[in-house]
Amino acid sequence: MAEYELRIISALVEDRPGVLFKVTSLIRRRGFNIATITVGSTEKDKISRITITTRGNPAVVEQLVKQLSKIPEVLKISELDPDDSAFRELALIKVSAVESLKRSDILNYINIFRARVIDVSKDSLVIEVVGQPKKIQAFLDLMKGFGIIEMAKTGIVALSRGAKSTSVSDPTAK
Amino acid sequence: MRLSGAKAVVEALKDEKVEVIFGIPGGSTIPFYDALYECLEGGDLRHILARHEQCAAHMADGYARAKGIPGVCTATSGPGATNLVTGIAVAHMDSSPVVAITGQVSRSLIGKDAFQEADIVGIATPITKYAFQITKASEIPDTVRAAFMLANTNRKGPVLLDIPKDVFYEEVDYMEAEKVRIGGYVIKSGEPHPYSIKRAVGLMLESERPLIIAGGGVVASNAMAELVRLAELMPAPVATTLMGKGAIPEIHPLSLGMMGMHGRGEANMAAEEADLLIAVGMRFNDRTVGSMEKFGENAKIIHIDIDPAEIGKNLGVDVPIVADARKALAALANRLIEMGIKKKENEWSKRIAELKEKYSEFYNSDEGKGSLIPKRIMKILRSCIPDRSIVTTGVGQNQMWAALHFQVLEPRTFITSGGLGAMGFGFPASLGAKVACPDRPVFNIDGDGSFLMTEQDLATAVVENIPTVTLVMDNRVLGMVRQWQCMFCDKRYSETDLGKVPDFAKLAEAYGAEGIRVETYSELETAIRRSVGAEVPIVIDVPVSRDEKVLPMVPPGKTLREVVWFG
Repeated sequence: MAEYELRIISALVEDRPGVLFKVTSLIRRRGFNIATITVGSTEKDKISRITITTRGNPAVVEQLVKQLSKIPEVLKISELDPDDSAFRELALIKVSAVESLKRSDILNYINIFRARVIDVSKDSLVIEVVGQPKKIQAFLDLMKGFGIIEMAKTGIVALSRGAKSTSVSDPTAK
Repeated sequence: MRLSGAKAVVEALKDEKVEVIFGIPGGSTIPFYDALYECLEGGDLRHILARHEQCAAHMADGYARAKGIPGVCTATSGPGATNLVTGIAVAHMDSSPVVAITGQVSRSLIGKDAFQEADIVGIATPITKYAFQITKASEIPDTVRAAFMLANTNRKGPVLLDIPKDVFYEEVDYMEAEKVRIGGYVIKSGEPHPYSIKRAVGLMLESERPLIIAGGGVVASNAMAELVRLAELMPAPVATTLMGKGAIPEIHPLSLGMMGMHGRGEANMAAEEADLLIAVGMRFNDRTVGSMEKFGENAKIIHIDIDPAEIGKNLGVDVPIVADARKALAALANRLIEMGIKKKENEWSKRIAELKEKYSEFYNSDEGKGSLIPKRIMKILRSCIPDRSIVTTGVGQNQMWAALHFQVLEPRTFITSGGLGAMGFGFPASLGAKVACPDRPVFNIDGDGSFLMTEQDLATAVVENIPTVTLVMDNRVLGMVRQWQCMFCDKRYSETDLGKVPDFAKLAEAYGAEGIRVETYSELETAIRRSVGAEVPIVIDVPVSRDEKVLPMVPPGKTLREVVWFG
């Protein structure tokens, strides 16, 4: 299957029990493949933002957006243009670092990638790296050489750049 | 008004003008049934006690489709609720407004795997427009109103209301709900966008061979008059989907009947030869279009649907019109009239007449296996019952014989499980339809396999005095699967022989209904005529050959041209 460009869907939803279940259940039932999904609060009370990324073809993504917009709690949903939006992911990586020589190499890379060490132990480092998925992947590829013990990623959050927004002023607007 | 939660539910149902509830009580709904007690005694509400919750759901669905208003069913928690699932799924696939009320275990027990606990909200979410769980009695008025609003607006569909047992006991200050808001749900006007109408009419004017394909949405939006008017103005022949039967009277000169896998030759060939397809309230289902890849490749397509997610879901189209079918059809016709279009006899009309003529011999012939041939049975039924009679069907060969050969003359008089294809639907749906329209004869065309899935509700029909008539197309096989085995599995009839089926006439009598077995066409005719005004439920056992097939047939995934006429 052809690999498509990364596509980002941003949805504002009512923060009610079961909404995430409805969203994920629909994604599963309609057979859409998603790369990441994140949920978090927004500037408004009781409204959460769900950010979904996928590598589906454009028609499939359009259908996903249409199906999701049928869920009543989905107040607003749109696809973000990756070239015209800010999007970030955070990864925590525990890297094996026993020898001091290795350790200094790792710290060099950390500086280059503007990552941070957030925990140090005798045998390992926990590193936090934030950025676009490509940057994180590049950093991970480098760390593989040192031995990744474990890793966690947040999935992508995104906002459109400039004045454009996915926001709701009137909760009935859709 | 200080009420218990249970009484509040009953009041809220009355505020929604509910007249009938189909259901079975159980542990978690005891307080609800207790609250119903006086209402039922006083005649404010009617309750039909089903014998299986699946039937209660199908009855509510049949009621909804016959009457065009929401049907209500209820079941207890756990197995009661899970038994509703097939019925809810049928309503979902066919966009029928059904409100299902389920009891749930008390709030303190939820999540504890309590006795008769099932996560029905989780189970029903993918097969409903919305599944609510009420968490306190004060939510009842608004939530019941919201359930009916969701079920019966925009694209219609089922809604589930799950109510924990202790909420039924909790007291609430009852006030009739005002308008409610559910998230971003907006009731649409259904008006088409003028620009899309303009573009559609542009294509219509260019077209030399237009075909209208009418789906269930035309019936749901009561658009028969508008459909016929547009078809006559253009003029354009009309093919329907299975769900669209009844969108146009099938004796109308422009009607081609049903298209699709078991569609009529003229409908399928018209779809293949048309240069413009005006698809209304239909979703390009695989059973309707045959090959998804090739369907409509030589035609422009206008797609009218109230649900924007249907546009482009199965097929790319040239002009989408997101609108109510009735309003869109009216707008198209009005624009044609404004532009002063004169209808004319053209090559396409001649070609359509030629196609009809070409296939009429097949449809009119009485050749077949066995002494009673399905197509003739369907024609006899049509000729013996009033135009306004309602016909329901089971699923399988019986359903396709009905779809092919039984001419539907009025909207909402053909009720079938089109999308889900749930065997056992026909009989309980006939009961719901009869409750909705007691002054109309209601006939259920069923198969022996289908009927045996829900025949226990003959008990309901007898006790509740719901006199519908069931024609059992009795071939002692699961005929549709057997037909596929014959055509595609080298006649390896794996587990499709039912062996000995009950004597359906005696079965009916055992329940206190009337049973008739017919052996000849004249006996069939007499039995049907006698059944039209009957006051007891009747089962007519109609023996047909197990080798009789539904033909023509387009093999799955093939184009509508690649039809098989003989099997």
